[in-house]
Amino acid sequence: MTTELERMLETWEPVIGLEIHVQLKTRSKAFSPSACEFGAPPNSLTDPLVLGLPGTLPVFNRAALELALRLGVATESQIRARSRFARKHYFYPDLPKGYQISQYDEPLCENGHIDIIADGAIKRVKLQRIHLEEDAGKNTHVGAVSHVDLNRAGVPLVEVVTSPELHSAGDAAELMRSLHRLVRWLDISEADMEKGQLRCDANVSVRIRGEDRLGTRTELKNINSFRFVQNAVENEILRQIRIVESGGRVTRETRLWDANLGQSASMRSKEEANDYRYFPDPDLPPLVVDGAMMGGILRSLPELPVARFERYQRAHGLSADDARLLVSERGLAEYFDALVAAHPGSSSGRTLANWMLTELLGALNAEGKSIEDSAMPPATLAALVELVQNGTISGKIGKEIFEESYKTGEAPLAIVDRRGVRQISDEHLLGEVVDRVVAANPKQAEGYRAGKDQLFGFFVGQVMKETQGRANPVVTSDLLRKRLGR
Amino acid sequence: MTAYWSIADTVRNIVSGEITATVLVETMLDRIGKLDDKLGAYLTIDKAGALGQAAAIDQKRKAGQPLGALVGVPISLKDNLVTKDLVTTAASKILDGWVPPYDATVVAKLRAAGAIILGKTNMDEFGMGSSTERSAYQPTKNPWDTARVPGGSSGGSAVAVAAGMCVGSLGTDTGGSIRQPAAFCGTVGLKPTYGRVSRWGVIAFASSLDQVGPITRTVADAAALLQVICGHDPRDATSLDTPVPSFREALGGDVKGLRIGIPAEYFGGDIDPQIRAAIERAVAALVERGADTVDINLPHTELALPAYYLVAPAEASSNLSRYDGIRYGKRVDATDLLEMYSKTRGAGFGPEVKRRIMLGTYALRSGYYDAYYRKAQQIRALIKKDFDKAFRFCDVVLTPTTPTAAFEIGAKATPFEMYLADIFTLSCNLAGLPGISVPCGLTDNNLPVGVQLLGKPLDEATLLRAGQVIESAVGLGDRRPPGAAS
Repeated sequence: MTTELERMLETWEPVIGLEIHVQLKTRSKAFSPSACEFGAPPNSLTDPLVLGLPGTLPVFNRAALELALRLGVATESQIRARSRFARKHYFYPDLPKGYQISQYDEPLCENGHIDIIADGAIKRVKLQRIHLEEDAGKNTHVGAVSHVDLNRAGVPLVEVVTSPELHSAGDAAELMRSLHRLVRWLDISEADMEKGQLRCDANVSVRIRGEDRLGTRTELKNINSFRFVQNAVENEILRQIRIVESGGRVTRETRLWDANLGQSASMRSKEEANDYRYFPDPDLPPLVVDGAMMGGILRSLPELPVARFERYQRAHGLSADDARLLVSERGLAEYFDALVAAHPGSSSGRTLANWMLTELLGALNAEGKSIEDSAMPPATLAALVELVQNGTISGKIGKEIFEESYKTGEAPLAIVDRRGVRQISDEHLLGEVVDRVVAANPKQAEGYRAGKDQLFGFFVGQVMKETQGRANPVVTSDLLRKRLGR
Repeated sequence: MTAYWSIADTVRNIVSGEITATVLVETMLDRIGKLDDKLGAYLTIDKAGALGQAAAIDQKRKAGQPLGALVGVPISLKDNLVTKDLVTTAASKILDGWVPPYDATVVAKLRAAGAIILGKTNMDEFGMGSSTERSAYQPTKNPWDTARVPGGSSGGSAVAVAAGMCVGSLGTDTGGSIRQPAAFCGTVGLKPTYGRVSRWGVIAFASSLDQVGPITRTVADAAALLQVICGHDPRDATSLDTPVPSFREALGGDVKGLRIGIPAEYFGGDIDPQIRAAIERAVAALVERGADTVDINLPHTELALPAYYLVAPAEASSNLSRYDGIRYGKRVDATDLLEMYSKTRGAGFGPEVKRRIMLGTYALRSGYYDAYYRKAQQIRALIKKDFDKAFRFCDVVLTPTTPTAAFEIGAKATPFEMYLADIFTLSCNLAGLPGISVPCGLTDNNLPVGVQLLGKPLDEATLLRAGQVIESAVGLGDRRPPGAAS
């Protein structure tokens, strides 16, 4: 299948735009006081407004605005000083008022962008808009009976709409990952796709390469994992190219992705589409963002993952892979920055990243812990790395010290001193050991001098044995070469 | 006579112990029982609730506890005001038997002030009408001539007040629904500035126009009720956060130097000569007490009706989307969801409501929004500007409340004829201004005439002051409607 697609993609260019819904993590709902929680008993998180009772009125929860603005600023969007809520009408049992409060022609954010890291390089994807809206409830069907749970109804969302300028299923999935990372980074959403906190619809079309005009698009719904984004979009690209290659035309429609079957099915055609009858919600005054609020957001905005990805490579000489791993979660990046700050050597970024990614993350992973759970503070790990770098202990001993310090929390230097494992670099002291070893093994010395190079390792091993592994390997090798006369 | 006590008298008599709240409520319930079969003002009479409240007040008084500003005042509420544990239908079959779990803010405020709720009054379904003939339950008769309508949509409230079946009432006014029935029934009706009174718990008709206000027998009573229901409500985002003046202090003042604007557009050829004569007597009364008249122009007046009949139905079509048979109210079972919706709404809504839902749905269709809803909003802005300009030259605008006195039941054969009954009251809502209708005499047929005063935003005080001068000069005094004789 992949080969068929590869052949097709020589002629055809897919064009993909995503509409991504992100639940904002406010304590209460977007327009009423009920709590926002996942997994509560059905319809336990409701109030007269959530139930759409007659006479109820929405009052906007400004905490949601703050969160949405963080995303707007992080994506360098233009922020509208006065945006408006609009009503989007359709009838469905999970929509209690018969309309969703959303934003239409005056959204909060426009013309931003998200940078994605694809194949180690940074790609910029334009965003048409980010707007605020409320979530709907959830219907479940049991035989002939349908149940409505309104716990989710009214949870604040932002809808992020990208420009149609993604050209592969892989990039589409990567955009989802980047947005996932970004909203978690900004602490505005848990973005757990399994809990529906991050959801994606994809608009897909294909056209002959070099063509400017967009082909007829379909909208894919119900894509609720990163892998499904990849699969669903790829499947749709293939489906559309097969249609046009066999002389057919793609129908403008909404399709529902079935992850179990690995295929999509038509949900409704353009003719059946709703006319949402948008108009400004007369219950809600314009949403005003003032300079003070923007100033606060700008001041509190953390350095973003892609900026850190670049900085780690430029300033610390990290590989793209290590840099990418470090920016995959804000906690990792912050730990790394603290590690660098706690370490006296300015050019040790690579070494510090190695210790952190290999030793610390290895140990945490083995226990199923995240970086936030780490009992070893960055300063401790930095001190340990410094002991290795300044020759106090060898790298091998360093790993043992790490293990003990990680388990007990004891300071690395204290462990080193208690165990008496400081590295011996003193030439006089080591010289005596080397002399003893050479004298005790005349045959091997003779053999080495006669050209048996592999015997050098034997002598190093003997010195290490004599010193319980504490001999500085570089000094030891120098001394051995001199004594053995080669 | 108990039935026609003022609010001040009622409170004084309760506080002094002249009468107990229980006896007062029993007297009122008895009167309702005798009169209302004929008049049809009440949809629901809350005998147990009212007696319970009365007993509690008597208890409180005995115990020497502090009593509220409206202690023991028996009132009625239009049936689109949500009352906890008391059936609320907005006179629609779609809400047949609905028992709300909460109180509207105005209801809670009245209860807190010690007012006793006797019951819920009839209205045109969802407020859509000018005669109370569009109630899904019953007609209401005008006590001045039971062959005639009481006006609407707050017809039940106006009749209950005029016939002494309560001391005061609350109605709602979207395009004249307080002032027009007040005029037809010889009562005082005041629509406050948009945002003065909370809409939380008011069953929405047109959100940007709806406002709750008092219907009473005297201007002083209107001031007393207004005082209690005004004020900022954090549960209504359109509620104004401005201080509420003492309306009682506005009363009894003089009108010396007050500039009364007389808009040429409201005194054209269509007014009944007897109405014109009564209005002229009201003007003369003001002038006699030192007010000055100013000729003004409100050039966009003729556009108020078309603008209103786009804005109000558009918002109504949206607000009424929630009546879908899913969570409360009427449901007609069917084999699939779409059929359930259409059968439920088909059976639940009356013809006028359906007409307006269709009008509004049409106006908000994709591609028509600019031509209709947006255009209507632009006209609103022009109408508002007309008033802003006029208020540079005058302090209040004086007009007839209605072009004719109460018409006969069934007289308005087409919807459009009915719409014309509100021609003088619509602009006030479109511009968000306060307006009051005060009785200014009777026609030769013994039908009341109302004069309308429109004020600057938030200047209800001046309306009350000028209204009281008219009331004392040309009001109905002790003349009571013949249909209220038991």
